[in-house]
Amino acid sequence: MDNLLSIVTFLPALAALILMAFLRGDDAAANRNAKWLSLIATSATFLISLFVLFQFDPQNTGFQMVEQADWLLGLQYKMGVDGISVLFVMLTTFMMPLVIAASWDVNTRVKEYMIAFLLLETLMLGVFMALDLVLFYLFFEAGLIPMFLIIGIWGGKNRIYASFKFFLYTFLGSVLMLVAMVGMFSEAGTTDIEQLMLHQFGSETFSILGVQIVGGLQTLMFIAFFASFAVKMPMWPVHTWLPDAHVQAPTAGSVVLAAILLKMGGYGFLRFSLPMFPVGADVMTPLILWMSVIAIVYTSLVALVQEDMKKLIAYSSVAHMGYVTMGIFAANQQGIDGAIFQMISHGFISGALFLCVGVIYDRMHTREIDAYGGLVNRMPAYALIFMLFTMANVGLPGTSGFIGEFLTLVGVFQVNTWVAMVATTGVILSAAYALWLYRRVVLGDLIKESLKTITDMTGRERAIFAPLVVATILFGVYPAPILDTIGPSVEALVSNYQVALAEADLATQVAHNE
Amino acid sequence: METLILFSPLVGSLICGFGWKFIGETAAQWVSTGLLFLACLLSWIVFLAHDGVTETINILRWIESGTLSTEWAIRLDRLTAIMLIVVTTVSALVHLYSFGYMAHDENFREGEVYRPRFFAYLSFFTFAMLMLVTSDNLVQMFFGWEGVGVASYLLIGFYYRKPSANAAAIKAFVVNRVGDFGFALGIFALFFLVDSVRFEDIFNAASTLAETQLTFLWTEWNAANLIAFLLFIGAMGKSAQLFLHTWLPDAMEGPTPVSALIHAATMVTAGVFLICRMSPIMEFAPEAMAFVTFLGASTAFVAATIGLVQNDIKRVIAYSTMSQLGYMFVAAGVGVYSVAMFHLFTHAFFKAMLFLGAGSVIHAMHHEQDMRNYGGLRKKVPYTFWAMMIGTLAITGVGIPLTGWIGFAGFASKDAVIESAYVGSAGGYAFWMLVIAALFTSFYSWRLMFLTFYGKPRGNKHTHEHAHESPTIMLVPLGVLAVGSILAGAIWYSSFFGKVNEVVSFFGGAYGAPTAELVEQVAERSPKASELHYVMESAPGEAAIYIAPENTVLHEAHYVPTWVKLSPFIAMLIGLGTAWVFYIRDPSLPKRLSESQRPLYEFLLNKWYFDEIYNFIFVQPARGLGRLLWKRGDGNVIDGSINGVAMGFIPMLTRLAGRAQSGYIFTYAFFMVVGIAALITWMTLSGGVN
Repeated sequence: MDNLLSIVTFLPALAALILMAFLRGDDAAANRNAKWLSLIATSATFLISLFVLFQFDPQNTGFQMVEQADWLLGLQYKMGVDGISVLFVMLTTFMMPLVIAASWDVNTRVKEYMIAFLLLETLMLGVFMALDLVLFYLFFEAGLIPMFLIIGIWGGKNRIYASFKFFLYTFLGSVLMLVAMVGMFSEAGTTDIEQLMLHQFGSETFSILGVQIVGGLQTLMFIAFFASFAVKMPMWPVHTWLPDAHVQAPTAGSVVLAAILLKMGGYGFLRFSLPMFPVGADVMTPLILWMSVIAIVYTSLVALVQEDMKKLIAYSSVAHMGYVTMGIFAANQQGIDGAIFQMISHGFISGALFLCVGVIYDRMHTREIDAYGGLVNRMPAYALIFMLFTMANVGLPGTSGFIGEFLTLVGVFQVNTWVAMVATTGVILSAAYALWLYRRVVLGDLIKESLKTITDMTGRERAIFAPLVVATILFGVYPAPILDTIGPSVEALVSNYQVALAEADLATQVAHNE
Repeated sequence: METLILFSPLVGSLICGFGWKFIGETAAQWVSTGLLFLACLLSWIVFLAHDGVTETINILRWIESGTLSTEWAIRLDRLTAIMLIVVTTVSALVHLYSFGYMAHDENFREGEVYRPRFFAYLSFFTFAMLMLVTSDNLVQMFFGWEGVGVASYLLIGFYYRKPSANAAAIKAFVVNRVGDFGFALGIFALFFLVDSVRFEDIFNAASTLAETQLTFLWTEWNAANLIAFLLFIGAMGKSAQLFLHTWLPDAMEGPTPVSALIHAATMVTAGVFLICRMSPIMEFAPEAMAFVTFLGASTAFVAATIGLVQNDIKRVIAYSTMSQLGYMFVAAGVGVYSVAMFHLFTHAFFKAMLFLGAGSVIHAMHHEQDMRNYGGLRKKVPYTFWAMMIGTLAITGVGIPLTGWIGFAGFASKDAVIESAYVGSAGGYAFWMLVIAALFTSFYSWRLMFLTFYGKPRGNKHTHEHAHESPTIMLVPLGVLAVGSILAGAIWYSSFFGKVNEVVSFFGGAYGAPTAELVEQVAERSPKASELHYVMESAPGEAAIYIAPENTVLHEAHYVPTWVKLSPFIAMLIGLGTAWVFYIRDPSLPKRLSESQRPLYEFLLNKWYFDEIYNFIFVQPARGLGRLLWKRGDGNVIDGSINGVAMGFIPMLTRLAGRAQSGYIFTYAFFMVVGIAALITWMTLSGGVN
């Protein structure tokens, strides 16, 4: 199959089209059909994406299964995967059927809801596969629109404020990235990502308005991309949109946001920032490392005092993304392996945690921590699953949460021991806020009258958690499938980065000698 | 066989925890207990058949990233073998004991199923602990290390309805994480320097590390010292050493069998095991080891002072555990790892028995734990009384002075620690702290005995009338542990604290003749010990422990002055005498003394105010800071500035777009389209597209 990647990408969109064109009415039967069609489409996408995984050869560090075609206006359509992107594709296709299944109880505007999620899947998959700058930008930005609608239409009371904030942040980031993309094109004369990776952007120091720009053009372009990706991650201090967006989003929206959308920033750093602007990255590394550790400590402390379950988990997500940026900019094998692993694993864990909130939100319609307490008395299965993911969230060895954290810390220790030490305090704080949350919600005696009739998880809910439980433990005990897949590509990325830095250094020296 | 030992508790845990619905509660309990006894039997076979040669068994690949490579693997050497029997024996007995102890628990309502959960947790703990002790690399050890932490968390919070139990569980986990923070940094530093986390590679590099400088934080450090220090922070957390000890007394919220298994015999000794395991590094880290000795001695002392005045029977034993752990660290700190392991080994027997005995008393007294409400129980629970008596004789170190080994288990090992401390600290701080702690130990242990079993019954009359001896299933484990508490010291004395050659071969090393220079030095330092025949010849890592040739503490400890050898015995007698005067002869004396020495009494009763101080300088500020960052940082500063920009800038743009009322989504899509149009125009104009 030559068009495997396109099939995977556009299958959900096709399902969305079918829904749009053929599904009529708003009765129960139509809603059921919409749900089933979406579930089948996303499941089929996952199954087909398995072929991508089987065909993928980890030892080949280049792009594989590349599809290339001319497109409108002389642009090109180019898709492909390498060791860095292929697992994000898998993460997306793996999570989406669970997300649809978790939305089974939605009953307002079901058709539109499903269409939004299906389109979102196509756009997210496109981001991870696009090998052309324009194509990437289209997917990257368009992906926000369905998310917007999901929060804006099916969200909570304050959804307008949340989408407003979401919009502002992303908008500011995108404008700068767009400018940089124009700049890249004018420099390199191509929008092909493969070729751009080979192009050396200028790195001679120059000054604008009397300000010395070390690393020159590369630094400027790096900053422009950084603005966009940092918002997506999100990194401190541009993280404040995330807690609000999470709180207002419906459960499924939160799951997609945490599990997949946040990973676009990290992916962007690995796809663009490091390989294309190595000198710029090198110049900015100290700043980014410190922003990362501040994120870890700051948001962990903030998480400690939250009163809303979703907010707490959202802040914890920001802290975990801090490990990711830290690992990426440690720019060594362990750091980047760890960062990718952490992103994949965080997909399972944070997704599951938001689902955990969803389970009781569906029953009690509140996310207030104080409204709960003693759930273990009536919901033992829920207590067990929530415990498992709480422990995974605090990075317990044996769960996938540990490996990413551990590797990023190992990586950054080789670069900066201060950063490593401050970041390691995160393991203490995460234990504190996560267990404190668990205690207040699940443990204790069941006193509150409103909770006396609460029921344990249904078969459907258990079935949604099952794959996540398996993935979290399996990859915690045996991470080789992930590490083997990303290893060679990361190795190539790191060595290219080091070579580029050495060359740039050499070039500067030569320039000075002349 | 080793793999079977390792995984049978895990299998037992899973069957018991998830399978009880299918096979029934009792069957589930028997499955986990049966598998534990199997593991125990096999462990003894492994221990007795072990010839000292290190074996490695690989199980599965684990984390591999660049040069970092870890496997799930078993390293079997003498240290592992010792820990295997300690862990599986105590665990098997505690499983058995729990049949009786957990049979009817008032913390649960009628019809609630809690026993399979309890047994599953116990078995899971055992699995994690075995992972810890059998590991062949630091990361797997860290897995076990945190795994036992989780098991401990789950079991301390077993009575999930009790707020105090939940609080204690979180405290235990978080304080342990403070230690793990140090442990993790130690692993990072080792990987950075050695490029491996496997023990074998680390030990091979040990002597190089001693000469390496490492920049860590603000300055340069000697690599061996830094790593030893960081790993010791981990040990402090797990083994409840001073400053990271506050969780241990609170951990007594868990059911008593848990306290016996986790918070006395096994988990809390993991720190000591870590130091002994890393002995090849420790031998090259003199400053770090001096710190270990100092902190161990201080812990032994501080814990013993607090133990003097506690009224809860379990808390007394908890502080006693903390204090005894201090002894073990002193032994390790002065470089006699075999003695540290010796005390760990004997302590496991007598301390587990004291806890199980206390559990039996608590069981008899309907969950009353305050010793002020005990008294005169000797006749009511005779077997328990004798078991506790043996435990007390063992912990206070009763034996025939100057013979070295003829006595209860604690006599042999504790005296060995104190004699080594005398040599290792040149008769200084550590030695005196341990002797004073020995006196206190004797006092509080006998106080416990006298208050519980002697005198007149106090407290609720009804409870006393219904006090009854525990069922056989609880008494059998006590009997087995009693045998261990009597004999463990005498049997293995020469293996752990015999002549250098005996100890070295027990731990699988080779010994050889010392250099003439060294013999001279020793003769000069301690004339009685002039006949130094053997030193360890194995290189770091070749044997289970490493003793540098210059480290002659083990040899010299046998030749300390007679008064030193007698000092723990005398301390024991003074403690016994004082306790007798206070609690048998004149029971009103303690009250008068506590009233005349009010501030001191309050200070000890409130555990030196550690909890209050920590709450004041860590917990409250962390929450305050969190709130500040949230409301002021996120709220006012970040969102404030962004809103400022938004209110000024965005409406202007939307006005320009002429569609201010169209909503943000439209605006957004609009800008995107404009953006793409701009990009495409630019490309077309510059003519670069294909």
